[in-house]
Amino acid sequence: MRQPSFARTALAPIILGLAVVLLWQGAVTAFAIKPFILPGPFTIGQQFGANIDNVLAGMAVTGRNALIGLVAGALLGILAAAVAALARVIDEAAEPIVAALAVVPIVALAPVLYTMFGAGAETARQIVAGLAVFVPVYVNTLKGLRQVRPIHRELMQAYAATGWQATRTVTFPTALPFVFTGLRIASSLAVISALVAEYFGGPLGGLGRSITSSASSSNYGLAWAYVLGSIVLGLVFYCAALAVEKLVNRRTGG
Amino acid sequence: MSVEPSVDLGAPVDTALAVEVINLSRVFTGRKGATVTALDNVSLTVRPGEFVSLIGPSGCGKSTLLRLIADLDTPTRGTIAVFGTSARQARVNQAYGIAFQQAGLLPWRTVTGNIELPLELHGAGKAARQARAAELLDLVGLTDFAASYPDQLSGGMQQRVAIARALAESPRLLLMDEPFGALDEMTRERMQNELVRICGETGAAVVFVTHSIPEAVFLSDRVVVMSPRPGRIRDVLPVRLGETGKRGENLREEEAFFRAVRQVRELLHGEAPDRLRGVETR
Repeated sequence: MRQPSFARTALAPIILGLAVVLLWQGAVTAFAIKPFILPGPFTIGQQFGANIDNVLAGMAVTGRNALIGLVAGALLGILAAAVAALARVIDEAAEPIVAALAVVPIVALAPVLYTMFGAGAETARQIVAGLAVFVPVYVNTLKGLRQVRPIHRELMQAYAATGWQATRTVTFPTALPFVFTGLRIASSLAVISALVAEYFGGPLGGLGRSITSSASSSNYGLAWAYVLGSIVLGLVFYCAALAVEKLVNRRTGG
Repeated sequence: MSVEPSVDLGAPVDTALAVEVINLSRVFTGRKGATVTALDNVSLTVRPGEFVSLIGPSGCGKSTLLRLIADLDTPTRGTIAVFGTSARQARVNQAYGIAFQQAGLLPWRTVTGNIELPLELHGAGKAARQARAAELLDLVGLTDFAASYPDQLSGGMQQRVAIARALAESPRLLLMDEPFGALDEMTRERMQNELVRICGETGAAVVFVTHSIPEAVFLSDRVVVMSPRPGRIRDVLPVRLGETGKRGENLREEEAFFRAVRQVRELLHGEAPDRLRGVETR
């Protein structure tokens, strides 16, 4: 029996998680910890259940911003990487800009963008998410486009294949797993950026705004319920991207 | 030369030579202007249907010569003709099929997809591609693996797919750069048997680069022995141990085979034959 059994792989983490939740609740009750410091998991769960419609609505708003940012940023990243792969000059010119973009805390742009697009629009948040997505997608795609094995390149040459034929049959399929790795990394960044951008203003309704407003009205249980919603949203994005990546890699890894 | 001269090389040669290399040199220029002469004034002809091996130590330019014939590299001096046209024209015309030491299959394509690749690139119809792929799979004995992906196959099987791919467009010339170099000895001998059979069936001329003396002797009509730095042809040894299609496992046990192996080895080492023979007959 080399494969760990189902009990070991699935049950063990669940039991551990339950134990942590119970310990947490036990500690909160036993030491009478004030809810503004840390509410118990039961309170959070209860608030989550009672406000499920609001939490889901918040997830929809923030999720929509993250998704729009993810799609737009990814498309832009892939396109820019393709251009950079074609023209060395552009790659060299873009390198410091991308490096700078990678270290800039992109959410810091949110307040500026709110003034640009108006505090009533979601645009600023989508742009923040898109910018955060752009970097990992661009970097990974560009790397992927450079992974063509010399033997495949020679084979295409021996077949007297045109540039476009070689790109279509070898370069793109080689780059594909790298693109999806970039997208997986970008997926959680999109959610985080869209959410944190809400902390700096803009319309109400999203998870970020809901967390701050609940906390400022001393509704700590509810604030944590929204945090739980954010975690779920992040996981949904990440798992979806991971599943797509796995699907793509199944045949392109070797 | 005491090698059996059963030299009947098929039809009267009124067609152009498969490969004609005249006074070919290839000089690589390094970073600081330092030059390396990979090939120095090499001349070689390969007749249609003939199997010619290039053998020699590392750095003797045998792979360079093959790459030049394939037009994957450009000579510094000299000329190459493939079926009477320039190497470039031959490549554009797809006059040759090629196989490398690595199978170089596309991992995201099935075995069939890989074999169909050259046909697809050159605009063959779907039905024609499928029919040809089925034929080739049968030829290399991989019909059961048509829908498998390369990473599901052993090294030997991958190499057979690569050979099938090289044969896809029925080229009259096959260029092979140590195609069995990465295989274990057992698989290697089996692949050699298959290659001899395939060549018998297709009648293609072959230029075959190898490190292995028995491999060269078993497969070839002629063995071209090369010496390194600068790469030159030291000698050309006619071998041809029996009809191409009929060479089998038992040939490896025959006296003629051993004799040819010894001759190639002596040429390769460039040492006094007597001393070597003494070592070998222990």
